[in-house]
Amino acid sequence: MYELLQNLLGDSLLVYVIGAALPLLFVLPFAVVAVLLEMKVSAHMQDRVAYMYTGWHGVLQPVADILKLLQKEDTIPAAADKFLFRVAPFLVFMGGYAGFAALPFSSAYIGTNIDLGVFYLLAISSLSVIGLMMAGWASNNKWSLFGSMRSVGQIISYEIPAALSILVAVMIAGSLNLQEVSKFQDGGLQNWIVFGGPLPLLQKILLFPFTLTAFFILFIAGIAEVNRTPFDLPEAESELVQGYNTEYSGMKFAIFYLAEFANMFLVSGIVVSLYLGGWTSPLGDVMSGPIWGFFWFVAKGMFFVFLQVWIRWTLPRLRVDQLMYTSWKVLTPFLFLCIFAVGLILVL
Amino acid sequence: MSEVRQYFNNIWLALFTAAIGMKTTIRHLFTSAVTIQYPDVKLKLPERARNRLYVNIDDCIGCDQCAMACPVDCIDIETIKGTPDQDLGVTSTGQKKRLHVPVFDIDIAKCCYCGLCVYPCPTECIMMTDVYEFSEFDRQNLNYHYSRMSTEEITVAREKLRKADEEAAAKKAAAAAAPKPATPPPAAGAPPKQEGGAQEQAKPNNPS
Repeated sequence: MYELLQNLLGDSLLVYVIGAALPLLFVLPFAVVAVLLEMKVSAHMQDRVAYMYTGWHGVLQPVADILKLLQKEDTIPAAADKFLFRVAPFLVFMGGYAGFAALPFSSAYIGTNIDLGVFYLLAISSLSVIGLMMAGWASNNKWSLFGSMRSVGQIISYEIPAALSILVAVMIAGSLNLQEVSKFQDGGLQNWIVFGGPLPLLQKILLFPFTLTAFFILFIAGIAEVNRTPFDLPEAESELVQGYNTEYSGMKFAIFYLAEFANMFLVSGIVVSLYLGGWTSPLGDVMSGPIWGFFWFVAKGMFFVFLQVWIRWTLPRLRVDQLMYTSWKVLTPFLFLCIFAVGLILVL
Repeated sequence: MSEVRQYFNNIWLALFTAAIGMKTTIRHLFTSAVTIQYPDVKLKLPERARNRLYVNIDDCIGCDQCAMACPVDCIDIETIKGTPDQDLGVTSTGQKKRLHVPVFDIDIAKCCYCGLCVYPCPTECIMMTDVYEFSEFDRQNLNYHYSRMSTEEITVAREKLRKADEEAAAKKAAAAAAPKPATPPPAAGAPPKQEGGAQEQAKPNNPS
């Protein structure tokens, strides 16, 4: 997309601004929808009905919430490190938002078509760790500090299973560019990497158990990286008030919230692009094309967003030691096995 | 060996139990909600629910029994004795009313909804209703005034009672004076006895 804009408008500042702002057109409406989805799904899972009065079945409630957050007082603790306190939420959001640059929404749209897309994603998503740490430290609040400490430990631990499970898909597709990986899986359901990719049948059958494992682990690690239940230790309401965003209010709190939802979709997008065919149609040539591609990508992504909400309202929070156990003693060894097996099968 | 088995068993249990939980939540996602949209939809109260008190003042005979039964003293009744020439009507149960009821206040903010005032009422004019939405912005508004007598009516009734009392006192004095003119001291003692009885009834009038 960036290259296209550059051809159209020449090498000007406008190109950068438009290129950077385009994913925002998706992220902001998505956050509104996701807030509603989260509330409605959680309510119905507990046999409640959630918002009913703002608009039809409360569909306008997120809009009302945003208006409320906009006009709320923005307090900064007197003993806080004011500069870091102000910068932190934007840094957290930036870490998630920058990831959208390498996410192929359709065959015609990818923020920037760089060859190291996946590598860039892994690198840039670590930026939010610094933001979380800053938020916790600058708040000058023990709960915030605990929360940010936990989040840093958690995100760094889970970066390893995430990177390794991404590696499995990258080995099969043979490219780090997510657009190439998506194209590789074109041609229908059976070509998705989770089912072994478009390889000879024997190889696919051999690959399937390992790709499936890696796919599950990528999703689990993804949930952990965006700090959602059952891995929401950094927020852990029952223990840490609200974790790193305890002291935040008003618009800064809203930015944290936005970052969480942006990250939710980013993780879903990565899982979809790497294992479930990205923007390719599951029906082969039927319903394929740039517009349909966008539809399929968002539909698959929304399914995983729903899955995250579903998991959140099902499972209780893990303990810190269980969290580390899961990452280091379960996910990582399994992924080493997967990488070894996939490499062996591909060589044969 | 058993440790290795334990390791795999743990993983299996984690996945299996998570699947059970997710099955439960997805089933509940599609069951209908139990929420009742309260202000729009209301549950029917049980027949004997005790909520706001209501007084049918037309049936009240001013016997004060409800006020005496009240454990929190939230009922305030004042009465004026009716004179023999007045007809105060009868209650719906056929009982003759002998007292005016100028004040019948229930401070519902004090009420504990025990229902003890309902049982002693001889005419069944005080009752528990099923109204439970009566919050107010000003606490004074929770003091319900059930009496419908206007200030003029109260003054007239009081005046009549005073005149009747005076007449009765004069009659008594005359009667006491007539048969035994020789002994004034008992005659002077008798009327106060009568007057005291009348005053007792009229006492609540005096402060207002």
